[in-house]
Amino acid sequence: MREPGPLWRRRLLWAVVPLREGVVTALRDALGDGLVDSLIKPDDDIWVRVSGDVWQQAGRVLRDTVGCDYFCFLSAIDWMPSPYGRGEDDPTQPAPERDTAIKQGYTGGNTRMQVFARVTNLQQHFGVTIKADVSDSAPTIDSWVSVYAGANWHERECHEMFGIEFNGHPDLRNMYLPTDFEGYPLRKDFPLLARMVKPWPGIVDVELLPGDSGDDPAVEGDA
Amino acid sequence: MTDVQKPDVQKPDVQKLSYIAAQAADARLNVELETEGMTLNIGPQHPATHGTLRIIVRLDGEQVIWAEPGAGYMHRGYEKLTEVRTFPQVTALVNRIDWLGSFANEVPFILAAEKLMAIEAPPRAQWIRTILFELSRIANVSLFLGDLGVQLGAITPVFMAFRDREYVLNLIESATGGRFHPNFDRIGGLKEDLPAGWIIETKQVMKKLRNFCDEIENLLFGNEIFQSRLRGIGVIPAEVAKQYGLSGANLRASGVDWDLRRDQSLPLAYDKVDFKVWTHPDGDSFARCWIRLQETREATKIVDQLLDGIPSGSVMAKVPRIIKVPEGEAWVSTENPLGEMGYYVVSKGDLGPFRVKIRSASFNNISIVPWVLRGVYVPDVISILASLYFILGDIDR
Amino acid sequence: MMPFAILGADLPYWTQSLLRVLGGAVAVLLPAGTIVYLFLFKMMSFMQSRLGPMEAGPYGSMQLFAEVGKWLQKEDISPTRADKRVFRLAPLVVLMSTFLLVAVVPFGPDAYFTDFDAGVFYMLAVSSISTLGILMAGWSSANKYSLLGGLRAAGQLIAYELPMVLSVIGVVIQAGTMNLQQIVVKQNSDSIFGWNGLGFPYILTQGVGFLIFMIAVQAELTQTPFDMPIAESELVSGYMTEYSGFRFLIFFIAEFATAGVFALIASVLFLGGWGVPFAWFDWAPVGGGEIDNWMNVGGPLIMFTKMMVLTGIIMWVRFSYPRFREDQLQRFAWKVLIPVSLINIMITAILKVAF
Repeated sequence: MREPGPLWRRRLLWAVVPLREGVVTALRDALGDGLVDSLIKPDDDIWVRVSGDVWQQAGRVLRDTVGCDYFCFLSAIDWMPSPYGRGEDDPTQPAPERDTAIKQGYTGGNTRMQVFARVTNLQQHFGVTIKADVSDSAPTIDSWVSVYAGANWHERECHEMFGIEFNGHPDLRNMYLPTDFEGYPLRKDFPLLARMVKPWPGIVDVELLPGDSGDDPAVEGDA
Repeated sequence: MTDVQKPDVQKPDVQKLSYIAAQAADARLNVELETEGMTLNIGPQHPATHGTLRIIVRLDGEQVIWAEPGAGYMHRGYEKLTEVRTFPQVTALVNRIDWLGSFANEVPFILAAEKLMAIEAPPRAQWIRTILFELSRIANVSLFLGDLGVQLGAITPVFMAFRDREYVLNLIESATGGRFHPNFDRIGGLKEDLPAGWIIETKQVMKKLRNFCDEIENLLFGNEIFQSRLRGIGVIPAEVAKQYGLSGANLRASGVDWDLRRDQSLPLAYDKVDFKVWTHPDGDSFARCWIRLQETREATKIVDQLLDGIPSGSVMAKVPRIIKVPEGEAWVSTENPLGEMGYYVVSKGDLGPFRVKIRSASFNNISIVPWVLRGVYVPDVISILASLYFILGDIDR
Repeated sequence: MMPFAILGADLPYWTQSLLRVLGGAVAVLLPAGTIVYLFLFKMMSFMQSRLGPMEAGPYGSMQLFAEVGKWLQKEDISPTRADKRVFRLAPLVVLMSTFLLVAVVPFGPDAYFTDFDAGVFYMLAVSSISTLGILMAGWSSANKYSLLGGLRAAGQLIAYELPMVLSVIGVVIQAGTMNLQQIVVKQNSDSIFGWNGLGFPYILTQGVGFLIFMIAVQAELTQTPFDMPIAESELVSGYMTEYSGFRFLIFFIAEFATAGVFALIASVLFLGGWGVPFAWFDWAPVGGGEIDNWMNVGGPLIMFTKMMVLTGIIMWVRFSYPRFREDQLQRFAWKVLIPVSLINIMITAILKVAF
């Protein structure tokens, strides 16, 4: 049996940090201004954001220079807060005011939608999460199929769920939805119909444990 | 409601595309011999696609010229549903992704939430998580080993698989309360501790499972017909496997030595046990099946070792009643029975996740089907699909 | 030679015919029912660590009747685009071939349906009629899986017809006759280098032929490992996909009855058929009329025992082996079985001349 976990992990961490900085450096050397932002979280992961027009090139650099030849996944995020909240509004009441400011996550961003993907280096045991902005009006980005063949299905899924077009993709037809389906289900402004019909009752269904006063579970929980 | 902007791009017509592909395939054929192809729909309802996967194949005689899987008959929209659930509620959803090894689906999501909250489950919970994780691997892969026989025409092994899998399911049930969908993992630990006598019983079952592996090895893997049906069929080179993101046994069968249990550090007990990560240089169907057999054996050994050293203490860390996960993004993936299963969780400091990208193993594993099925015969379509091992819930999510 | 001489009565022709029809029905259905219950229901279940049917009758022995009742109640469906007449005829053609096959099998010195000199030839000829029925079923179903199954069946049955014929030729050379009755008599009255305690069953000299014959039978019956025409995990049910109810039942009966009949033929050709070594009772070969009449009752029982042993082997292989691929199957027939059986014929012929 080996040493207990945390110690072992911490040892791993020291080895990994310079390596991860090397990844960002390699990307910056190859892409120049194309690399917009990067974030290295110790003992966690590495995020980079590139501009949309170098997306495909960034994939090539990751595959050939950085050695991330294992394709993990590709998807997108819609950063707009959902206008329907968590589907708990009472439909008979006017909708409450919600914060509609778009706030992107790690490595920031300028647009509502971002494409993100993850590739892994199997020799040196690290992965890179790479993001790119896509324009709000005409969400289009280059396809990764020529770089990672496995991106094919992921881009198809992303296309039908977010409405993002992938230039150079051989066959962008729907995987899940009917061909004439309207709308893009994973966009935040696509309502989840089940919750529209029957709103979520909220967190009131937390049952009381013995010893609980039963006043307001939410207040208690925050404490 | 804001208007959904539809980009002005012509939707490709499915019918037309498949017609063009069929014509192209025919044209290629007609160079040699004047034949007419036949399009065969394998599925959505077909004995070989346990679930509802449809594979459209263009045949010349019995040879496949062109194949295209059609997934999506079981799409349940979990990525959308997670956005209207709280963090603890999500486990009930993701249980249904790979329904043969349900507990393994919960673990990476819970670990991702714990990573965002910067808490860690107590050691005992970590060990029990790992044990249950490996048990669900055994429950999943043992069914594969039996089902493999059925796909190749041997009807007896599947009953052995069901017989011995039942013991494992009973163990999972007695520990978690659910045979198929335990929903047992909690942020910060587990729902409950193990029941009394569970450890001894588990050890006996592991012995039975090792016997089962020997039995299958004798009955199937040593059989000449079995070998001649699988060896050299559906060869996936390592480069292609990596490009398509194949994972789990499918990747290791192509000679890539990559196992997330060993090659990443997660708060699970894998770094406390010795186990071998099996690889096979061939990359054919036989290699994939053989790797799975070895992994089942390896999993029983992992469980045995973990049972010996299970620490005492609580199984639940201190977490608030109402869990709010701090803002951030986390990616956690584990080596699930089917391959790499990961969750990219984005939280906005709310009760529930803002976005969850579910990276399931079968989705990538099946995306290689058009590549690997070219030029094989119809019986090989079945054996290759069986050896790639997919579960429909894991493809469609 | 008077069939049913055992009854001690000179029956009119129509009564004899009626008795023969009844006897044929028994000879086809009884083995089929026994095989299904004993092997398909029970042996397979025990091999797979389960009990099999237990509710209908003691140890589920009436299960078969329940199943037949269920099938008979089902609607007789034929697909809209099927070639209806051919579709309905196909199972009957397959079953007919079984009945034709059983006609030449001798069950005792006088208990046989027909006795003619080209028995082996006739047997090999009518056994391929079932191919026709299967092709008809596959083609007329208007289903791609059925078509693939039917074509596979045609290719397979033709490929395995040949080793079957060639493996029987060795027996014919050794016996010097194609009459099945005389082959039985020869096996039981001959002696092994003067020792006649066992007769001379041809399995001793034609062991290779017997093996090839059984493999070919396995393929002719489309049992695993040669069950590509049905291949339930690939072709759903092959040529039987669209059949239900009564017509499926006929296919089902034909499958197991043919297994029984082929086992009977194998026991006639290689295991001494209905006979016991004649030397035990100082019998002379048939025609002298000195074989006791009780052999007309005992013979069928001996045949039945041998048949059960052989079908047991067929079913045992069926339940434990995976199936070949179509091209591997063809390769096996043309590159292994046929050359080996040709060599077998050559050696038999040389030895026949030498001794």
